[in-house]
Amino acid sequence: MDVMPKWADVVLVPLFSLVLAAFLSALLILAIGESPSEALKLMVEGTLLRSAGWGYMLYYTTNFIFTGLAVSIAFHASLFNIGGEGQAMMGGLGVSLVCLFIPWPHWSLAIVGASVGAAVFGMIWAGLPAYLQAKRGSHIVITTIMFNFIAAGILNFFLVGALKPKGSMDPATANFPASTHLPTFEDMAQLLGFEKMFRSAPANVSFFIALLACVVVWFLIWRSPLGYEIRALGKSEPAARYAGVGSVKIIMITMMISGALCGLMAVNTTQGESERLILNFTEGAGFIGIAVALMGRSHPAGVFLAALLFGFLYQGGAELALWTKIPREMIIVIQALVILFTGALTLMVRAPLEQLFLAIRRG
Amino acid sequence: MMTNNPAIELKGISKAFGPVQANRDISISVMPGTIHGIIGENGAGKSTLMSILYGFYKADAGEIFIGGQKILIPDSQAAITAGIGMVFQHFKLVENFTVLENIVLGAESGEFLAPSLRKARAELAELAAEYELNVDPDAVIEEIGVGMQQRVEILKALYRKANILILDEPTGVLTPAEAGQLFRILGRLRKEGKTIILITHKLREIMDITDTVSVMRRGEMTATVKTSETSPENLAELMVGRKVLLRVDKTPAQPKHQVLEVSELTVVDEAGVRRLKEVSLNVRAGEILGIAGVAGNGQSELLEVLGGYRSATGSIRVNGSTIDLTGSSSDGQSRRARGIAHVPEDRQREGLIMDFTAWENAIFGYHRDPNHQSNHFLMNNTAIREETAAKMARFDVRPPNPNLTAKNFSGGNQQKIVLAREIERNPDLLLVGQPTRGVDIGAIEFIHKQIVALRDQGKAILLISVELDEILSLSDRIAVMFDGQIMGERDPLKTNEKELGLLMAGVISEAKK
Repeated sequence: MDVMPKWADVVLVPLFSLVLAAFLSALLILAIGESPSEALKLMVEGTLLRSAGWGYMLYYTTNFIFTGLAVSIAFHASLFNIGGEGQAMMGGLGVSLVCLFIPWPHWSLAIVGASVGAAVFGMIWAGLPAYLQAKRGSHIVITTIMFNFIAAGILNFFLVGALKPKGSMDPATANFPASTHLPTFEDMAQLLGFEKMFRSAPANVSFFIALLACVVVWFLIWRSPLGYEIRALGKSEPAARYAGVGSVKIIMITMMISGALCGLMAVNTTQGESERLILNFTEGAGFIGIAVALMGRSHPAGVFLAALLFGFLYQGGAELALWTKIPREMIIVIQALVILFTGALTLMVRAPLEQLFLAIRRG
Repeated sequence: MMTNNPAIELKGISKAFGPVQANRDISISVMPGTIHGIIGENGAGKSTLMSILYGFYKADAGEIFIGGQKILIPDSQAAITAGIGMVFQHFKLVENFTVLENIVLGAESGEFLAPSLRKARAELAELAAEYELNVDPDAVIEEIGVGMQQRVEILKALYRKANILILDEPTGVLTPAEAGQLFRILGRLRKEGKTIILITHKLREIMDITDTVSVMRRGEMTATVKTSETSPENLAELMVGRKVLLRVDKTPAQPKHQVLEVSELTVVDEAGVRRLKEVSLNVRAGEILGIAGVAGNGQSELLEVLGGYRSATGSIRVNGSTIDLTGSSSDGQSRRARGIAHVPEDRQREGLIMDFTAWENAIFGYHRDPNHQSNHFLMNNTAIREETAAKMARFDVRPPNPNLTAKNFSGGNQQKIVLAREIERNPDLLLVGQPTRGVDIGAIEFIHKQIVALRDQGKAILLISVELDEILSLSDRIAVMFDGQIMGERDPLKTNEKELGLLMAGVISEAKK
């Protein structure tokens, strides 16, 4: 018998982890002479009480949904994809090539083309380490980390060379044509007659692609025979071998799906927000995806909620840096604490909770 | 120091793991110079009890007395000091050390090794003479046989001045002849006044060697009796809690056409060792071919090749047509498509995914079957669940809940899930490895019945088991494997354990066919 009911494992454990992280963060903020309650108030006001705050939060959330789903699906096959950064960077390259060199008549077509470009580039970038793992036994954690550096190098190479407009000092591509502009939440609100909503916030239609991706991934993992095989291989390789589930094939497919999802993040950042390819546009979202997947228990619904939380932390953190003396680094510390407690230290939180449930059951 | 105090006495030992009560109020008392058996099904709490005695677990309640004195055993060091020695089911030896080095390991005296080794060599010679435990002290562990390795374990305990020796399933890896030798050694130790606790699930061993026996069931000690005053049937009933049929009921086989023809099958493993050496055998429809042998003599490799996940040279024909032994059409799924079902030796490692639910496991290997799909992309989970529930009812899986995770079922019920999955596919050939390993006696009866019933439907069955009793009672023909070869074939009605035991040890008798 499981010690705890499932709902407690899924809801209470992350919640307690979060409370612990928040408590420690509050102590830290106190220690540098600021008020934790003021800080929380600022974060909430800056994100949840303004529509533009939502616009920023959901922009970050979109990124984290993509990378979180990517890490999750790899987790189901017992693969640790640390290469989200690199795969997203390559995705950005794919988006840029599609947007710059193909004349799109309308954004609705451009987003399809850019998505394909992003997914294919990300897929290739994850496929190479996957092949090395499946065929040669090179550990995927090591190779994906190294591929992050290679991707950064490639991006750099193109942005100071072939893709940089003549005479520009900026390591970035030219602006994408206006026809590839994705409707932002502000555009959509105006269409619906709300003039002053989501002012200049970067959230755009790719958020809906992220939501769609959640649904598709759920069906893939829990309802399709492929997902069944992915989970089977992840849970027990000898059993998969017995059943005739080819590990090479499954490792390749899983990582390529994972890479494609990371690549798709660039539709949001590159086509949706900056509208040109810039250096370091990923801003660590590939790594945040790991925390999101851990906290979301590799389940699309959990990933969505965790991505919202991290979106809130990102935007709230920016607000804090703007309005208080709390340095930007402190925000990173707080985010790190959340990752630490929700990811690495869940066991620490789970054990006492299990004891509690045992005590309750015994009466 | 012969007194009237028991050598070891447990009073009211209890231990719980989470909601599971592994030991409940257990009391035993063993007199010096006797062999006491502890018998019980898997999960009855035998191992937990011994782990408490050896200091691996701390009991929630209860007391331990050694020679009449109450002691605490917080760790294994304390157990050794108290004179308790343990021989584990899986030996704890350093493979590339010599016998002598293994015996001294952890009991070295002083900063230099040489004096300890000298001292140990002298003591070893004494021990060997006293208990007839002859082992070459300079032999390297990985080069000596399993029976010898076990003697090293016993010597290790004696070298540490153990008066009470606990052996956990000691015969699991031994041939019948080696087991006989072990029992002679145990008899000798008893004569010298040592106290021995023998943990086993084999009724015959209990009857053969013990003086007293305790039966455990579901964490409780259900009875302690004198061995001379009980019978195997009586013990089985005490273990299971109801009457059990120990013999398999079956009529003579009615074999028909050849289903499986294996010829000159050879397997070379990654290290270049030949695991199977030109094995040839055949199985006809309507018969059970049993393959006997000590674990690790190529039986697992044979099953893996037949099951499609190990490559080999040679040829396999099923129903007259050849089967690919390498390449992309040689995997579990293509074998299943050819009518071969496979109950693997290790259900927890291969046969089931322990974190999957029963219904997910019920289609494992057949998950690409169009019958399980509701359209081209999605599986029909609702239908699979309903089908699984029906299957579980037919195979008496308890609890009959398809949504329960595999690890939450007992060993016997896990095996029934695997068996139900493979048998209900109506295969032409069923491969079965260790069908009742770690399975409670009640379930053994059921599983054996299912296998015989499948045979009577005219299916071919290849049975691999290290339990000689099982091979003898189920098979219509018996082949014995040793060192990757088939040593010979026997008729179960015309052979006996002694003859099979010789073949299992690689001794080809003059009666070779």
